[in-house]
Amino acid sequence: MSAADHAHDAHHEPGWVSKYIFPLDHKIIGMQYLFTGMFMALIGGFLVYAFRMQLAFPGIEVPFYGKVTPGDYNSLITNHGTIMVFWVAMPVLIAAFGNFLIPLMIGCDDMVFPRINRLSYQIFFISAVIILASFFVEGGGFGGAWTAYPPLSAKAEYSLTPLGSSMWLVAVALEFVAFLLGGINFITTAMNSRAPGMKMFDVPIVVWMIVIASILFMASVGPLIAGAVMMFMDQVIGTTFYDPSAGGDPVLWQHLFWFFGHPEVYVVLLPAMGIVAEIIAVFARKKLFAYKTILYTTFATGILSFFVWAHHQFIAGIDPRMANVFTVTTLLISIPIAEMLFIYIASLWGGSITLSTPMLWALAFIAEFLIGGVTGIFLGASGADVYFHDTYFVIAHFHYTFFPIAFIAVFAGLTHWFPKMFGRLMNETAGKIHFWGTIIPFNFIFIPLFVLGSAGQHRRIYNYQHFPELATTELQNLRVLATMALVTLIVFQIVFLTNFFWSIFFGPKAGENPWKGTTLEWVTASPPPHGNFKEMPTVYRGPYEYGVPGRDDDYWPQHLPNES
Amino acid sequence: MKPIATTRSATGIPTGRLAVWWVIVSEIVIFGGLLASYIMHRIGHPEWANYSIHTNIYAGAFNTWVLLTSSFFAVCAHNAVEMGNNKKAAKLLMVTTGFGLVFLVVKFFEWSHEIELGYTITANTFWSFYYTAAGIHGLHVIAGMILMIWIANDVRQNKEVQRVELIANYWHFVDLVWVFLFPLLYIAK
Amino acid sequence: MIESLVEPLSTYASDLDFLVNLVAWFTGIWLVLSEGVFFWLIWKYRAKEGVRSEYITGEEAHQKRWVTWPHYAVLVCDVFIIYFAVTVWVDIKQTLPPAEATVRIISQQWGWTFQHPGPDNKLDTKDDIRTTDELHVKVGTTYHYKLESLDVLHDFSVPVFRLKQDAIPGRVITGWFKATGTGEHDIQCAEICGIAHGMMGGRIFIETPEEHEKWMQSQSEGMVASKIDDKALSTTVAAVGVP
Ligand code: HEA
Ligand code: HEA
Ligand code: CUA
Ligand SMILES: [Cu+2]
Repeated sequence: MSAADHAHDAHHEPGWVSKYIFPLDHKIIGMQYLFTGMFMALIGGFLVYAFRMQLAFPGIEVPFYGKVTPGDYNSLITNHGTIMVFWVAMPVLIAAFGNFLIPLMIGCDDMVFPRINRLSYQIFFISAVIILASFFVEGGGFGGAWTAYPPLSAKAEYSLTPLGSSMWLVAVALEFVAFLLGGINFITTAMNSRAPGMKMFDVPIVVWMIVIASILFMASVGPLIAGAVMMFMDQVIGTTFYDPSAGGDPVLWQHLFWFFGHPEVYVVLLPAMGIVAEIIAVFARKKLFAYKTILYTTFATGILSFFVWAHHQFIAGIDPRMANVFTVTTLLISIPIAEMLFIYIASLWGGSITLSTPMLWALAFIAEFLIGGVTGIFLGASGADVYFHDTYFVIAHFHYTFFPIAFIAVFAGLTHWFPKMFGRLMNETAGKIHFWGTIIPFNFIFIPLFVLGSAGQHRRIYNYQHFPELATTELQNLRVLATMALVTLIVFQIVFLTNFFWSIFFGPKAGENPWKGTTLEWVTASPPPHGNFKEMPTVYRGPYEYGVPGRDDDYWPQHLPNES
Repeated sequence: MKPIATTRSATGIPTGRLAVWWVIVSEIVIFGGLLASYIMHRIGHPEWANYSIHTNIYAGAFNTWVLLTSSFFAVCAHNAVEMGNNKKAAKLLMVTTGFGLVFLVVKFFEWSHEIELGYTITANTFWSFYYTAAGIHGLHVIAGMILMIWIANDVRQNKEVQRVELIANYWHFVDLVWVFLFPLLYIAK
Repeated sequence: MIESLVEPLSTYASDLDFLVNLVAWFTGIWLVLSEGVFFWLIWKYRAKEGVRSEYITGEEAHQKRWVTWPHYAVLVCDVFIIYFAVTVWVDIKQTLPPAEATVRIISQQWGWTFQHPGPDNKLDTKDDIRTTDELHVKVGTTYHYKLESLDVLHDFSVPVFRLKQDAIPGRVITGWFKATGTGEHDIQCAEICGIAHGMMGGRIFIETPEEHEKWMQSQSEGMVASKIDDKALSTTVAAVGVP
C-alpha cells in the first residue's frame, strides 16, 4: 500500500454548505439526485391522480386540483409522462444509483470529475425548476404529449401554449445536457478508476448496466438535441424545419425523437435490471448464472435498440415497406431480453432464497416486467399495431415496463442500499405492507387498461363521452376501477415515505454489511465517510462468490486476499 | 486535493484524454443527426441547389483553409508541450485562437452580406439549415477559443500541460465538422 | 381477443384479429411458462435451516443450455409472428385493390370533412357530397380514401375496420377499406392534435346500397349544409395539390 492509498489523509471534511448544497462528493450528489427525483415522483404522481380522477368521474371537481379542462388534461398527461421518464426514472436510476454506487462498487474514492458531476446536478436542477414553472405561465403547461410531435408543438397558434411549449423543450434539452455530463463521468470513472485487481469481468452487473446505459444514451440523444434546437428555432424565430408549407417535414422530428426514444427505454431498463441482479445474488446467496452471457445479451440489446425506432411510426405515414424491416428487428430484440430474463430466473436455481423486502421488490420486477415485455410483441407485430397504435393497450404495455423500472426496481434498490446510504435499517414489516399495497393496486390499475385498449379506447382523451362506443357503462366501470386502484396505491406510499424518513433518523444501526454481501460497497462503514474507504481495497475475485464450497462463510467478499 | 480516482488509469489511457474522446463521440452524434436531417431534406428537395448557389464558395473555401491551418498550429502546440517548451506551446495556442478569430470575422461578413440580400434564416428551410448548422459549429469554434486562451494561460505557468493535447483533439474535431459542412452547404448541387 | 370487444367489420379485420390471437397464444404460453418456473423456483429454493446455496457458475455448456435452448425456441416463435404480422400488414397498408369508389377525408383542428363522390361516383365533380364528422359508405364496396390534414397531425381511426392512419399536413395519403357489415360506428382522431383532440370524433355509417342511394338523394336535396366554409376548403385543397 502506498501512502497515496490512505484516503483519510487526503480528505478533510468540508463545511455544511459546501457539503450539502454545492458538494463534490459523489454520494451527496447522488442523494441530491435521489431526493429531487423523489420529489418529482410525487409531482408526477399528483398529475396522474388529477387526470385519472377526471377519466373516472368526468367533469367533477377533483379534490386538491379542481376542474380538469380539456387543455389542462393534455398538459397533465404530457407533463406526467415527461416528468416520470426524464425527472424520475433517469435521475433516480442512472444518476442517483450511478453516483452513489459506481465509486463504491469499483473501490475508489470519487468520480474522476467531481466538478463536472456537480455541474451536471446543477443543470438538472435548473431543468426541473423550468418544467415545474411551465405550469404557471400564460397559456399553461405544454400539452402536445411527451413525444411533442410538430406541427402541433412547433407553432403556438396550434398548441395555444406559446410559453409552455418552449419551456418544456428547454427543460428537456437541459436535462439531456446534464445526463451527457454525468454519463461521461460514469463511463470514464468505470473505465479508468477501478480498484487494483478489478478486471473487466469483476465489475458488478449494476455498474456495467449503468455504464452501458450511459453509452446508449450518449449515442442516441445527439440527433434529438439537434432536433430540439431546430424545434426551438421553429417556435421562437419562425424557421420552417418542421413546417411542410415551406419545405420542412413534420415526420423528421418523429424519426429524431424515436431514434432516441427507443434506446431510451433500454437506458432506463438496464440500470433497473442491474439493481435486480445485485439483489437476487445477495438474497438467493447465489452466483449469477452466466455472468458473461448477461453482458452479451446487454450488448446485443443495446445494439439492436438502434434499429427498431420506427415501430412507433408504423402508421405515421412512413414508407409501408420500411415497416416490415422494423417488424423483424423489433421482434428480434425479444431474444436477448428473453435470454436475460431466463438467466435471472435460472439464477434462482439452487439458491437459498430469503424473501426480504428488497428481494420481494426484485422478484416482483421480473414477474411484472415479463408482462410488459410480452405485450410489446403485440405492438411490434406491425399488422396488429395498426389496431393497437395509440390505444390504451400501448399505455398498459409501457406502464408494465416503466412502473417496474421506475418504482419497483427503485424500491428494490432503495431498500437494499438504504443501510449503506444512511447507516440504518428500514422497518421490514412496514416494507412488506408497502410492497403488497403497491403491487396489488398496480396490477388493478393497468390490467383494466389492457382491456380498455383492446376495446379501442385511444389515448390522450379527456372525456370519452364524445365517442359513443367508448362511453358505455362497462368501459366506464373499468376506468373507475383503475382510478380507485391508483388512489389505493397512492395511499400506501405514505407507508413508504414514513418508513423511509423515520428510518433515516431512528432506524436501528445497520453496521457495515447487514446483508452479507460480497461487493466492495459493503466493505466500508455505513454511511461511507468522505473518501469512501479507510484503506483503498484491492480486488481478488468476481463479485458474486456466494456458496463457494469448502468455506465456512457462504459468501466470499471481493477484497479478501486468497488464503494460501 | 484531487481524488485518487483521478490518478488511476485501468485502461492505460489518461482519464482526460478518455473523457475528451467521449465528448467528441457525443458531439459527433449531435452533428451527425443535424447533417443527416439536412441530407434527407436535400435529397427530397432538388430545388435547394438554386438556393445554395447564393452561398459564397470563396469565403467558405478560405475559411476551410483557415481552420486547417489553425489545426496545424494546434499540432505544433502539442509537440511543443511534448518537448517541454511550455512558453512556446502557449504562444502557438494563441496563434490557433487567432485563426479561429479570422474564421469568425469572415463568417460575420459573409452572413451580413447574405442577410442583406434577404437570405435570412427564415427565408426557407435551406437557409434555416444553413444558419443553424454553421451557427452551432460557430459556437463550438467560440467555445474552443475560450478554452484555448484559458489553457494557454495555465500552460504558460506550467500548469495542467496535458490539456494542450486535449484541446488540440477537440479543435481538430471542430475543424472536421467544418470540412463536412463546407461541401454540404456550399458546394452540393 | 379483440373480436369479442369490437365487431370486425372490414375484409382485413378478422385477419388482424387472428394475428392478435396468434401472438396472444405464442407469448401467453411463454409468459405462463416463465412465470411458472419462476414461482416454482422461489418456492423450491426458499431458505431452509442448515441448507446452503449451491455454487453454479452457469458457464458450462450443460448448464447454459437451460437458457440457450429456450431462446432458440423463442426465435422460432418470432419467425411465425413476423410471418403473420407482415402478411396482415401487407394486406392493409401495402396493397391497394382497385377502387370502386373514392372518398376524401380532410382533418383539421378539430373536425372531419368527408368528401363523398356523389351519384356519379367520381371525386372532384359537381355532385360531390361534403359532410362534417359523418362518413357514409356502402357495404361490400372497395373504397380508397385520400387522407389530408390542414394544420397538425391527426389520425383517421375506425376501430371496427381495424384501420388507423395518420394524416400529415402537406401530404395526401391513400389507403383502402372494404366494409363487410352494416351499422353506425365510431371514427376517432387517434393522434393528439391540440386542446379539443378529445372531442374530435366522427361517425361512420355503413349502409346497404339502397340505404346509401337514399342518403345520397337526401343530400342532393340539400338537407344538410356543410359547416365548413367552402372557400377556405378549396384553397387549401389546391395548396395541398389534388393528385
Ligand atoms: C422501459 C420501457 C420499455 C420497454 C422495456 C419496452 C420494450 C418493448 N417495447 Fe415498448 N414502449 C415503451 C416502453 C418500453 N417498451 C413506451 C414508453 C412506449 C410508448 C411511447 C408512446 O407512444 O408514448 C412503447 C411503445 C411500443 C411500441 C409502439 C406502439 C405504438 O405506439 O403503436 C412498440 C411496437 O413495436 C413496442 C414494442 C416493444 C418491444 C417489442 C419491447 C421488447 O423490448 C420487449 C422484449 C421482452 C419480452 C418479449 C419478454 C420476455 C420474453 C419472453 C417471455 C419470451 C417469449 C417471447 C416471445 C415468444 C416473443 N413498444
Ligand atoms: C416512468 C414512467 C412512468 C410512470 C412510472 C408512470 C406511472 C403512472 N402512469 Fe403514466 N405515462 C407515462 C410514463 C409513466 N407513467 C408516459 C410517458 C405517458 C404518456 C404521456 C403522453 O401521452 O404524452 C403516460 C401516460 C399515462 C396515461 C395515459 C393518459 C392518456 O393518454 O390520456 C395514464 C392513464 O391512466 C397513466 C397512468 C399512470 C399511473 C396510474 C401511474 C402510477 O403507476 C403512478 C404511481 C406513482 C405515484 C403515485 C408516485 C409515488 C411517489 C413516491 C412513492 C415517492 C417516492 C418515489 C421514489 C422512491 C422514486 N399514464
Ligand atoms: Cu385530431 Cu386528434
Ligand atoms: Cu420502442
